Amino acid sequence: MFKGVPILSIITFIPALAAVFLMLMSRLARPEGKTQIEKNAPKVALVTTLAVLGLSLLLVMGFDNATAEYQFVEEFAWLGGGIKYRMGVDGISVLFILLTAFLTPLCIISSAKSVKSRMLEYMVAFLILETLMIGVFCALDMVLFYVFFEGVLLPMFIIIGVWGGKDKVYAAYKFFLYTLLGSVLMLAAMLWLYYYSGQILGAGNATTNIAELAKMDIPAGAQTWLWLAFFASFAVKMPMWPVHTWLPDAHVQAPTAGSVILAGILLKLGGYGFIRFSIPMFPDASLYFAPFIFWLSIIGIIYTSLVAYRQTDMKKLIAYSSVAHMGFVTMGIFALNMQGMQGAIFQMISHGIVSGALFFAVGVIYERMHTREIAFYGGIVKYMPMYAAVFMLFTMANVGLPGTSGFVGEILTMVGAYQVNPWIAFGAAFGMILSAVYALHLYREVIFGEIENDKLEGMKDLTGREIVIMAPLVVMTIVLGVYPSLITDITAASVDALLAGVNAKLAGG
Amino acid sequence: MEQLSLLTGEVVLALSAVMLLLVGAFGGARGVSIVRYVSIAALVVFAFAGFIINGQGEAFEGAFVNDDFSHYVKALIGLTAAATLWFSRNWFKSEKLDQFEYSILMLFAVLGMGVMVSAGNLLSMYVGMEMQALSLYVMAAFNRDSLRASEAGLKYFVLGALSSGMLLYGMSLVYGFTGTLSFAQIGAVISSQDHMSAGIVAGLVFMLAGLAFKISAAPFHMWTPDVYEGAPTPVTGFFAGAPKLAALALITRLITGPFAEAQQSWQQVLIVLAVMSMVIGAFGALTQTNIKRLLAYSSIANMGYALVALAAGGASGVSGMLVFMSVYLVAIIGIFAAILQMRTREGALEGIVDLAGLSKSNLPLSLIITTLMFSLAGIPFFMGFFGKWFAFAPAFNSGLTWLVVIALLSSVIGAFYYLRVIKVIWFDDQAHEFVKAPRELAVLSSVSALLLFPVLMMPFVLAPTRALIEAAANSLF
Repeated sequence: MFKGVPILSIITFIPALAAVFLMLMSRLARPEGKTQIEKNAPKVALVTTLAVLGLSLLLVMGFDNATAEYQFVEEFAWLGGGIKYRMGVDGISVLFILLTAFLTPLCIISSAKSVKSRMLEYMVAFLILETLMIGVFCALDMVLFYVFFEGVLLPMFIIIGVWGGKDKVYAAYKFFLYTLLGSVLMLAAMLWLYYYSGQILGAGNATTNIAELAKMDIPAGAQTWLWLAFFASFAVKMPMWPVHTWLPDAHVQAPTAGSVILAGILLKLGGYGFIRFSIPMFPDASLYFAPFIFWLSIIGIIYTSLVAYRQTDMKKLIAYSSVAHMGFVTMGIFALNMQGMQGAIFQMISHGIVSGALFFAVGVIYERMHTREIAFYGGIVKYMPMYAAVFMLFTMANVGLPGTSGFVGEILTMVGAYQVNPWIAFGAAFGMILSAVYALHLYREVIFGEIENDKLEGMKDLTGREIVIMAPLVVMTIVLGVYPSLITDITAASVDALLAGVNAKLAGG
Repeated sequence: MEQLSLLTGEVVLALSAVMLLLVGAFGGARGVSIVRYVSIAALVVFAFAGFIINGQGEAFEGAFVNDDFSHYVKALIGLTAAATLWFSRNWFKSEKLDQFEYSILMLFAVLGMGVMVSAGNLLSMYVGMEMQALSLYVMAAFNRDSLRASEAGLKYFVLGALSSGMLLYGMSLVYGFTGTLSFAQIGAVISSQDHMSAGIVAGLVFMLAGLAFKISAAPFHMWTPDVYEGAPTPVTGFFAGAPKLAALALITRLITGPFAEAQQSWQQVLIVLAVMSMVIGAFGALTQTNIKRLLAYSSIANMGYALVALAAGGASGVSGMLVFMSVYLVAIIGIFAAILQMRTREGALEGIVDLAGLSKSNLPLSLIITTLMFSLAGIPFFMGFFGKWFAFAPAFNSGLTWLVVIALLSSVIGAFYYLRVIKVIWFDDQAHEFVKAPRELAVLSSVSALLLFPVLMMPFVLAPTRALIEAAANSLF
């Protein structure tokens, strides 16, 4: 399928083209036509993102599970000096493209109603954001990857800063500078790799091709520094304890759809980076630092779970729970075995769906009452039974109840970690209990109990629009929980090859 | 005559300057705009003369050198100056300062830069530098009734004279210890010595210090914020662009030509200059409220980045510097064309807060400024990032890893103040409604913003420019 068609570029750049189209339309329109365009902007955005979703589904269907090779590869001259425009997917990245394409239309649907000002610009920002996010997962060139990886900051900065809550400017700055500081160190490491490749392959052949770089043997001493530089970037993006503090601020201030994208996709960039760069390129350093990562993960899981329990703001609670769940991901990745890696990828996809859904769920009642204080609510099951049921499912998925997607990822990462160090798995399991504590606490305080706040009288249950948003998320949560092979079959070959490569390098070095 | 043909571009500039002086003197009110447009044409001719007519070689016993390097640098300088002259029109008209001398000073300044870039011995180098410097002093004080502008002009002159003194002193030391003025022979003398004599090293350091004044590299940057703020805005735009490149080109010539063997010595100097410029530029800008002062510190920092590339040495260092400076010049033209659009009925504005809420009243201009700021901050997806990539990459090759790390960290600090401008534009409430911008400002700022999108420009602009830059860098070795 798609022979000779640059399908990845098409998927990546359709949203950007739509954004340009929207901006041009609003520039060319007469003043009276402007409101018309403003009103129709969400429709254009929705159609575009649905088209992207359709194409991504076709992409996954056309994807060959059996091979670990990069597929749908495109290559064009770009900047010269071995830096090329190189796109392609393997089993690890293809699902993240689908996840992005899946979440973005839902964000558009939800924002079409909740955003009150400057609809057109909002849609433009989201479309550009989608282009950049898909681009990160398609890029097979280090420079191209970095361009997309950093580019994501720009629309997100604007989305938080313009459409955010009370302290939006502070949060936007913190988000931007925190992540930028992390990534310039990665940039330094990339520059080093570029020159190192020139030394190994001959000065004229210096390359930034990720696949080529992964094949190179890098001296163990250099690996340590490079690994740390990449770690600085990915750990912030992830975010890992103790560099997670930007996340709660950003989440609380961002608009609902912004939070969904932040939790659903942006946090995955860090984990994806670890899998794509740190592990295959610096296996010795990865092995060396694995215990360090384990301890950070365990501290992160337990500490942020406890912090989450004490939150009074619903979004902040979910934000901290995200940090805890990302702890499972890093733990799984650095277990450096099949179960751990598969579990980490599964956990990332599942968390993308579940945490996204939770943020949508918070958005639902926030739009009705304009507060996220947990204490404000209580007993709303009386008026919103359907909402209570949906929220229940996602809470359970967040806790990791068997039968939901949350369970699969957590159990796999723990199995992976157990093979390396049982104590780590024990700590993570303890974290799972804590996650039940805070998640059920949230659920009980908001949904159950007597209605003590008069303002809650007569709250409306889910509207049609909200059902449209929630339904696919509910379906995906359950389907992935019951039939996880949907994901693991696609990733298996690539993960296998990745680990084989790492083990070969470790044995050789 | 044959030798003179190498100087076609310069001759065109000199002749048109002299002739336009007459046109301006006797042409009355209409003469001003005739002088302006003919000057722009002359500058464009100068820019392309190198590639089309000049050819390559040496004139006047090596005093004047034309090679791929000087062609490329002169093209950039000529185009930047032409763009500057074009976007100056509206400002001078609105301030009732529209006089023909401005265009002619610009021509003489560019003529001086042409000589600087092609300098082949110490004398022609000094003549070129003084020619451009004297024109620039007058341009800084062009608004002679304004206290700020006169102060700027005087400050620039005094400090500029001091730097010329240091330069001359260094040149006399080099001459005294080598016995020759010619770059080529200085190089020969140095390579014949086992240990370079201390006099030459001292001379080299003095010369670099004098040139560091011209590119406003710290610790010789003190004049920059005041002059940038005081000078008329279009003149500031000119200062930030072409003269910087000319002086950098001269440094490049010195360190690749006569002092190529003395890498140990100049590398240390350049590293110190680079580190101080980057750090002072980044921290100094944090508290600025005037956008011209902000850009002054930003240009200090940017010179630091360019020096990182030069400090690496070798053809890759030179080409890194040229890539970086090309991107920088495009952004500078755009940003000043955008600043000049900050004008209400009452007059021109310069405060960063005056941009507040611009995104609500003027979306295109806000998008342009946002693009330019992100590019200057070196955020990927804009050319500014690639400029930095090619500027910093060679330093790795020379083992200057920590220098690159400092450069990257200071660019994070830099991102903070560029972001502040973006924040004011997008997140704050509206302060002013600007008057409709004249066409040339809108055109220049949007073209420059568009050029900073590498994805769009890739096949048409990027690839051929890269080829020119590679040729330019290789011609020095």
